[in-house]
Amino acid sequence: MSAREEILSTIRRSLGVTGQEKPRLDTINERIASAPRGLTVARGQLPHAGQVALFKEQAEATLASVVDVDSYQDVPAAVADYLRQNNLPAQLRIGSDPRMAGLDWGKTAIELSHGPSDGHDLAGLNHAFAGVAETGTLVMTASADNPTTINFLPDHALVVVSAKDITGDYETMWSNLRAQYGKGQMPRVVNWVTGPSRSGDIEQVILLGAHGPRRVHIMVVKD
Amino acid sequence: MSAHPTTSRFIDNATEALADPQLQRAMTNVRSGFIDKRAAVAAKLPEFEALRDSARDIKNHALAHLDLYLERYEANVTASGGHVHWARTAEEARKIILGICHDVGAKTVTKGKSMISEEIALNAALDAANIVPVETDLGEYIIQLRDEAPSHIIAPAVHLNATQVESDFRRVHTHLDADRDLSEPVQLLTEARQVLRSKFLAADVGITGANFLVAETGSSIIVTNEGNGDLTQTLPKTHIVIASLEKIVPTLEDVSQILRVLARSATGQEMSVYTTFSTGPRRAADLDGPENYHVVILDNGRSSMLGTAFQDMLRCIRCGACMNHCPVYHAVGGHAYGWVYPGPMGAVLTPTLLGVDKAGHLPNASTFCGRCESVCPVRIPLPKMMRHWREAEFERHLSPATMRSGIKFWAFFAKRPALYRFATSLMMNVMGWMGRDKGRFSSLPLASGWTDYRDFPAPQGGTFQSRYEARRKSTPNNGRAA
Repeated sequence: MSAREEILSTIRRSLGVTGQEKPRLDTINERIASAPRGLTVARGQLPHAGQVALFKEQAEATLASVVDVDSYQDVPAAVADYLRQNNLPAQLRIGSDPRMAGLDWGKTAIELSHGPSDGHDLAGLNHAFAGVAETGTLVMTASADNPTTINFLPDHALVVVSAKDITGDYETMWSNLRAQYGKGQMPRVVNWVTGPSRSGDIEQVILLGAHGPRRVHIMVVKD
Repeated sequence: MSAHPTTSRFIDNATEALADPQLQRAMTNVRSGFIDKRAAVAAKLPEFEALRDSARDIKNHALAHLDLYLERYEANVTASGGHVHWARTAEEARKIILGICHDVGAKTVTKGKSMISEEIALNAALDAANIVPVETDLGEYIIQLRDEAPSHIIAPAVHLNATQVESDFRRVHTHLDADRDLSEPVQLLTEARQVLRSKFLAADVGITGANFLVAETGSSIIVTNEGNGDLTQTLPKTHIVIASLEKIVPTLEDVSQILRVLARSATGQEMSVYTTFSTGPRRAADLDGPENYHVVILDNGRSSMLGTAFQDMLRCIRCGACMNHCPVYHAVGGHAYGWVYPGPMGAVLTPTLLGVDKAGHLPNASTFCGRCESVCPVRIPLPKMMRHWREAEFERHLSPATMRSGIKFWAFFAKRPALYRFATSLMMNVMGWMGRDKGRFSSLPLASGWTDYRDFPAPQGGTFQSRYEARRKSTPNNGRAA
């Protein structure tokens, strides 16, 4: 008997089932098809403006920095501001997300490099799929438009999130993701990012900047 | 250490731990840090207790349908271009992983923190095959330099002080300036970040564990604060996930419910910094991410726990709250437990994985104060299960002769209530009279295990039973306060 068959048959023997019982199959099919939301957490159940405000407040509580920008056209200037304020060179790693790659970066002095990070970038910019107000969590989806390495390798992770993509809770975010990708389909990676990288492994003291970005800077584009 | 458990030496291990000043200093960080943070963050979420019920129910549902969800999970991993491997034992799991590493010609492997990797003693197997394993979680990296096992399931180096880490870094990082300043913890963190960055970029294979496996989508999930797990799995050409089979949950919604209690119970955060859902290898248009994605599903005795008194243990989501709140863990640290899983969850799980003959001492390392169960996010009845193991140990004549005869001696009286009352009140009177001057005893015959570490108070007044009886007669409400 293969390892797979033996493990499954031990489970079935222990549970006292055969694996062929129709009610059990119906139960799991129904559970996966309907994906019940479970218990609702009241914190994020607000009008949309309140959710956006809560997202910013919670993200700042995790030691991310947050600014509002009026429109996508204002993103290059907001990035330039951040780089200047933090004494960083005017260089930025960026994917090919059309919402950002097509902007007029020429108005700034920023030198763009395109594609995934090789581990030598100080600052990188990705677009979030969503923000979740409940915990100030960014939701990043992997693609050529927003390469995953840009979320993790640069010291400064700059992230654009559109205010209309901010949800109150994780469950609403998942239904939006299913609407875009299809039921049961996932991008290669979904990264929830809640603040900058940290470690408490030395004497339980929390220190920022372990292996991922030392800073996370969020630009919320208004509706 | 994981290859050679010292669980049978628990009493000696614990005695040594109590006399280790470095360890005792480091353990004060556990006592002060984790407990307050968890309490504060739980108090901020009105639904926290209800979410614990929800998490328990989801895990129970998943375990009751485990065979079907595993099949669905496997089908979805395969559909997304990944490979699922099944391992009955630790040895099978090591063989599968070494096979994948050989197939891709791996020389170095980066690793995210994984307790399953510790359970199957993977690093020793990689070393023996001339493949260099590099632990990348800061705590795991530190203990790898020291050739130690983790002493806590989420804070592997919690038994160490910063000065010990500094001397390890000076000993190993000899390519760096010998006069550099490492007096601040942040300097140690920065040095580890620099040293490990090049290893992330050079690795051939990345191995991570999984906190959850989602049947609906075929996704594996890791939860970290450092980002090391993400660099481990994103940069090399091959990503191997090693997970035990009870990590299955049905849907993304289900896992979201459980994530709300995981970080809060573990580190006292509302959410960990990085929660990563991985589904298969890189897609056609992708510019980064692994080209190969493998999942090794490990049984190692767990399938036989279903349908037994220990099934509830399979709900465990490895948050570490039980050990953070355990007075025995606080006193002796994690290494005394002698294997991979310390604290109350280890005292229950280790005998099932290694056998009660080897690990039967661990369930005795409990005061039955019940704090572990009171904080467990999935409400595992840990004290009840430790009691099951104590009974099994006694029935199989594995407990020491002195303990067995002591229990029999006590049982003789306990089964004869009149004799019990007479003997205890006689004893109270004699001890009360003998201790009437100092009010305490600094030594007592047959009780040095107690009096070596603290005085025994001299009895004052009657026995509990006699006082209870007197109170019951004098108050109308059967002795209970109104």
